[in-house]
Amino acid sequence: MARIVSLAEAVEENVRDGDTVAMEGFTHLIPYAAGHEMIRQGRTDLFLVRMTPDILYDQLIGVGAARGMKFSWGGNPGVGSLHRFRDAVENQWPRPIEIEEHSHAAMANAYEAGAANLPFAAFRGYIGADLPKVNLNIGSVTCPFTGEVLAAVPAIRPDVTIIHAQRADRKGNVLIEGIVGVQKEAVLAARRSIVTVEEIVDELDPPSPNSVVLPGWAVTAVAHVPGGAFPSYAHGYYPRSNAFYIRWDEIARDRETFTAWIRENVLAAKPEDFARHAAKTAAKVA
Amino acid sequence: MTDFTPTEMMTIAAARALSNDDVCFVGIGAPSAACNVARLTHAPDITLIYESGTIGTKPDVLPLSIGDGELCDTALFTVSVPEMFRYWLQGGRITTGFLGGAQIDRFANLNTTVVGPYDHPKVRLPGGGGAPEIASNCGRIFITMALTKRGFVERLPFVTSMGHGEGGNHRERLGLSTSGPTRVITDLCILEPDPETKELTVVSMHPGIARDQIAGNCGWPIKFAETVIETPAPTETELVVLRDINARTKKAHGAAGKEAA
Repeated sequence: MARIVSLAEAVEENVRDGDTVAMEGFTHLIPYAAGHEMIRQGRTDLFLVRMTPDILYDQLIGVGAARGMKFSWGGNPGVGSLHRFRDAVENQWPRPIEIEEHSHAAMANAYEAGAANLPFAAFRGYIGADLPKVNLNIGSVTCPFTGEVLAAVPAIRPDVTIIHAQRADRKGNVLIEGIVGVQKEAVLAARRSIVTVEEIVDELDPPSPNSVVLPGWAVTAVAHVPGGAFPSYAHGYYPRSNAFYIRWDEIARDRETFTAWIRENVLAAKPEDFARHAAKTAAKVA
Repeated sequence: MTDFTPTEMMTIAAARALSNDDVCFVGIGAPSAACNVARLTHAPDITLIYESGTIGTKPDVLPLSIGDGELCDTALFTVSVPEMFRYWLQGGRITTGFLGGAQIDRFANLNTTVVGPYDHPKVRLPGGGGAPEIASNCGRIFITMALTKRGFVERLPFVTSMGHGEGGNHRERLGLSTSGPTRVITDLCILEPDPETKELTVVSMHPGIARDQIAGNCGWPIKFAETVIETPAPTETELVVLRDINARTKKAHGAAGKEAA
């Protein structure tokens, strides 16, 4: 049964140095507050997993928290490069980073295999592409029935998965709405999981019998962190700050401006500071 | 006729490639603008799909990312990312994939991964994202990117997603039954693969563009088809629709910023 705890406790109890950590949210519901808490607690030597390591992983890589990263698209969506990620790969600053690169289809299949307790995923992919030449974790498997050769990748089994969601009830049952990405699979593939939420409510009231719900007994910890997905967004709560994503390009371009930004906005901040972004905007909610 | 920029011509020429019956997997940036111009002009019933899981989306402003809330709010429905890639893309339901890229070669293979060696890259680019499987699983592929020497290169340092590979019947030899890239729309001209060799060949030049301009912006000795036509200039309607959506987009992204500051 999920424990409802503070974000600091959730990270303290569930994220260890050296862990394989998946933080998911496909442009939506990205667990920024949890990432900042990991930086404040000085977690290090992490192997980070994420389909689209955007600003959140740029921050974790830039402070030197990551020894490696498994990913499929490492950019600032619609803006350009992740400068901290590039600095780590191109110049080994602040430390070298081992990368394991895949395609989206591979990552999505690998999470699903993890959730399904399978050792690997098979799919029709990477045909004619160069990634299999540089990534030893891309193999192939022959279908025993048709003889077709398919791409194979190992299942993703994180030590801990961290996601953000709209709300949870007091038993820790979690509701996710909107672009649900790969979060359900990522949580079910992991040994432990942390879910930060916009609201904790008495009754979950899923809007449909087919809603995406993670039951409390499949989640390790739930923390109430309103605004915790900013500058990404929470469907039904607040919009994506495209302006911040654009501004990040300048902040992260330079090692000193980046470090100053982290000092001021992460190290000197606390999870409650995210609440100012949480103003519930009913507009455009279906 | 109003004046138009080369980028406007590119977006509009790209939009024209799409039809009302297309089910289109939309890449972010230039492809997204083109797909929505198509939807707002000659292809009102086109199905636009973004890899974030939004299906049948009708955004009023162009998304900055492939998962902006606008896409989900205006979609017919939204699925998980594994479902998107497994059932809809790998399942063969998508007629057209619309991609951009950092670099392309004469057989329309794309690189968005690295410049320089993979282990010690000179420039680390974002990577493939959905592109490797979009390129193989969609019925056909359109590509749109500006024609520059940096972008159109003799040899790719890395093949992120396969176009026509080494040319000829390379796709078939790898067991692919999809068509691969059938059109590349640039700011100066439109290219299509030669039916036999699959080498990209200029089939249409935008108004006012000369052959040496095209040749001078391409990293390999570019070929022209036997018959090269002139791309019809943008119509008043096409330009108004494109400029309106760009203006709405600029305003929306700026406004979101103020709110957040």
